[in-house]
Formats: sequence, structure tokens, C-alpha cells
Amino acid sequence: MKLSDRVERVPPSGIRRFFELAEEMDDVISLGVGEPDFSAPWAAREAAIQSLERGRTSYTANRGMRELREAISDHVAARYDLDYDPDDEVLVTTGVSEGVDVAMRALVDPGDTVAVPQPSYISYAPGVIFADGDPLPVPTREADDFKLTYERLEASGAADAGVLITCYPNNPTGAVMTASELEPVAEFAREHDLTVISDEIYADLSYGFDHTSVATLPGMRERTIVFNGFSKTYAMTGLRLGYAMAPPEAIAGMNRIHQYSMLSAPTTAQHAALEALRSCDDEVEEMVATYNRRRNLVLSRFEEMGIDCFEAKGAFYVFPEAPGGDAERFAEDLLHEQGVAVVPGNVFGEGGEDHLRVSYATGTQDLKEAMDRIEAFL
Amino acid sequence: MTDKRELLDLLLENARYSTEDLSRMTDLSEEEVVSTIETLEDEGIIRGYQAVVDWHRVKKEHIRAEVELNVTLDRDTGYDDIAERLARFPEVTTLQLVSGDYDFHLEVEGDSLQEVSNFISEQVAPTPEITQTVTHYVMETYKDRGIDFEDGHDDDDRLSVSP
Repeated sequence: MKLSDRVERVPPSGIRRFFELAEEMDDVISLGVGEPDFSAPWAAREAAIQSLERGRTSYTANRGMRELREAISDHVAARYDLDYDPDDEVLVTTGVSEGVDVAMRALVDPGDTVAVPQPSYISYAPGVIFADGDPLPVPTREADDFKLTYERLEASGAADAGVLITCYPNNPTGAVMTASELEPVAEFAREHDLTVISDEIYADLSYGFDHTSVATLPGMRERTIVFNGFSKTYAMTGLRLGYAMAPPEAIAGMNRIHQYSMLSAPTTAQHAALEALRSCDDEVEEMVATYNRRRNLVLSRFEEMGIDCFEAKGAFYVFPEAPGGDAERFAEDLLHEQGVAVVPGNVFGEGGEDHLRVSYATGTQDLKEAMDRIEAFL
Repeated sequence: MTDKRELLDLLLENARYSTEDLSRMTDLSEEEVVSTIETLEDEGIIRGYQAVVDWHRVKKEHIRAEVELNVTLDRDTGYDDIAERLARFPEVTTLQLVSGDYDFHLEVEGDSLQEVSNFISEQVAPTPEITQTVTHYVMETYKDRGIDFEDGHDDDDRLSVSP
């Protein structure tokens, strides 16, 4: 069968290779997992079960259940000072993944350029390509703690792009950006009339400070689509539920695609999500406290081992330098010799070649054991 | 969160975390960890450290009973007086005054059913202030002090490496 050019343009994911290597081995402790090790809070799971018991198995409104959109709107207002109308400024999607894909297709015309900071989550550049756009890598550097800067944007030619993707707290680096650090990025977007796709899925996993959404900066709301969801905060990755927030015309445009391609996000998950927003703050607080302790543990252990690692303050990743410099080689040898899986930074794009993504979404005992093994490996 | 509270949370999670690891997981130095825990002990906030045991896996018999006690009080005898007497028995591992249909909730442990039932009928029930006892023998423990006894060692069904 002849496949389309856009499929051929996208190489298979580099994560996949490491997954296969790790699967071949026994007794592997994986620090390569990009999702929480917790299960969703019981109240949310029970709400899903109840919705099934009551036979709530139909589609919902295209944009998601009205009640859920209201709860989302209230939640982001209270937590991030974001103000979106549940009627025409919120779209519930099948994970942020669908949301970002729909946004690309709604914003990008063939040949349009989309600035993609790197290292970054592996789906952004392929998403641009599937929308027939051209991804423009914007490297971020350890010297800047992997934050995006005005200078990097300028130097990479992002001024000519139509869309800029941002993701803070960041996967894979764990980098975060404060309001004052985001301001120059916002300035760049305003000056060059960029639309910003801001993936804030890890917003609640910010340690020691409050997350700022780029959409709250002056002149940014009208040019930003904010994404968040339930996967990371509420440990609900498999339920596939996220949401997009933007001015009405952007949401209407995205919904045009969403209503044909997805119809509506999973109904069971929407019921779970509603309950998560209503009653699971304590569980979230506890999970965040646990991640933070593990983060401290891992950063301390790396420091003691002499592995250079900037202080990542978000998500559940740290991004140390690979001892010896070759991340892929280090990760493969570590896996084979000590049975610890980490992800070499090169799979996340330019600038990651000499770094490792180490996830601490793993039980504390396993994490300690993994650190002992890494120390033994060095 | 205060340093004391942070350390309490960590010790509740696992009282065998080393001082080193406690220091790594918090903003405290090892010396601060040691002195904060000492303070918690001195203030009587931390009353002890114990293992959580799944007795089903221990070959020797072990019996646990939950006992409901009703008492009558008089001018000279209050709850505290009765509690003080009951708490002296080593067989009583937990003693709490509770709200609801009965007054005291006891947990009694022993090496055999005979031993536990003898203790309740011979030591507890005859006490003049105690008007009624209801004994529940524990048949199966699924979770104890936050620790799930389910065989959940390998229930991590996440993909070993994912984006």
C-alpha cells in the first residue's frame, strides 16, 4: 500500500527502540517512564465506575460535558488566574495529545513554520508535519537551565514562524519558567505576531513556586491556546482526557476538526475528571509532596556521584549530563550492565545528545535501588 | 510544611529511611534531621517505631481480636481510671475511647485463640466497671496502618519506557 508523504517524513520514535531494549531484560528498574506511578485517586475511579453503572455510555457534547467545562473554568480561575468562558472558550479533548494535534491542524497551513523548542516532548514536531507544516527547532541550553529565551528565539529564526510551542514545566528537562522569565518570550510573540500553543500539562507539578500560565501575561490571552489535562496531576494517563482553552474563534476552529475526527472525548473519563476536580485536591497535594521528595533524593544522589544536573523544578524529570558525553551509549550500557532504564536525551531533539532524562515517577525504594546501581555503574 | 511535619510524613511512610536519605529528600542537613527527630521524640510526638507484620506469613499462630467494651462510671471512677488499668496488660496492644455504641475499643493480641479468649474472660470481663464485652476475632487483614497486604509487588503495568 502506498503511504502518504507526511507519514514517510516522520521517523519512528527513538523512545520505541529503548522500550524494546528494556523489554528484553529481566529485573529492570525503569526511570524511563513518562507517566505517574500512582493510580488515579479512588474517588475519580469510583465516579467512572458509577457512570458506567448508570449507563452513561453515550457521546457527550462535542466540546465536553457542560458541567465539566464549568468545573475546568472554575479550577483554572482559582488556581492559575485564567479566565475562560465554559461555553465557548473550553474544549475537552482526548488527552492533550489530541488537543495539540487539532490545534496544529487548525492553525497551520501547508508550508507554515512552527517554532518548536528543543529538547521537547517527542510529539510536537511530528504533529507539525502531520499538519503539513515545517517544524523549526529552537534549541534551549543547560546554561539557561533549558529555559526558552528571547535570544534563542531570535537566533533560530523564530521571528518568521506563525506558531510557537511552549511546554513548561518541561518534558524531558523538568525546566520551568517563572512569570518574569516568560515575559521576554511573550514579548517576542507579540512583536512577531506568533500564536502560542502552551502545553501546561505539568503545571501542578511545580516545586517550591506557583506555576504561571503564559496566557496571563499582557497581550497574550488573545494569541495563546492553553492546554492542560488530567493525565499527570491526577494520574489518569490511560483515561485520555485533556482540555484546551482559548478565545472563541480558536476553540470554534479546533472544534470544527474535533467534532468530525473525535466527536467527543471519552464519556467515562469525563465523569472521572469532574470528580477529580471536585474532590481530589488532597490526593494531588500528597502526590506532589511525594514527587518533590523523590526529586530532592535524585538531585542529591547525582550531586554526590559527581553527575552534573541542573535543579529541575517541575514535572517528574531531571535531566543530568550523561557521564562521558554520549547519552545513547551511556543509557544502553547502563541498561545492559545494571538493569536501569533511562532515556537518552537525543530522542527529544537537538541539545539532548549529552543528557539523560531520568524520571522519578517510580516508588521511592526502587528509586533508591536505581541510584545505587547507577553509582555502581560509574 | 514545617520541618517536623515533613519528617513525620516521611517516617510514617517508612520509619527505616536512613538519616542520609531523609536529608536528601528534604531541605534539612543530616544533623538537622537527627536533632528534629530527637525533638519529636522528646516532645512525645513520636511514641515509637514498629514493623507492620503480615502474620499470615509467619508460621507461628498469632491471634488478634478487636474488643468493644461498655463501662459504667461512678463518682470515683472515670474513663481514665479504667483505661489506666486496662493499658497495663501487655496483651492489650491498642486502647481507645471511642464515640458511638460502646465506650472503649481494644485490640488484644496473643499466640492462640485460647490465650486471647482466656485473657478477655478472666482479666477484662470481670472488672467491676465493665458491663459488656463484644469480641471480634480478626480473620483476615487486607491493609494495616496504610500498608496494603495484597500481593502487589509486580502490578506496575506501565510501559517500561514511554514518552
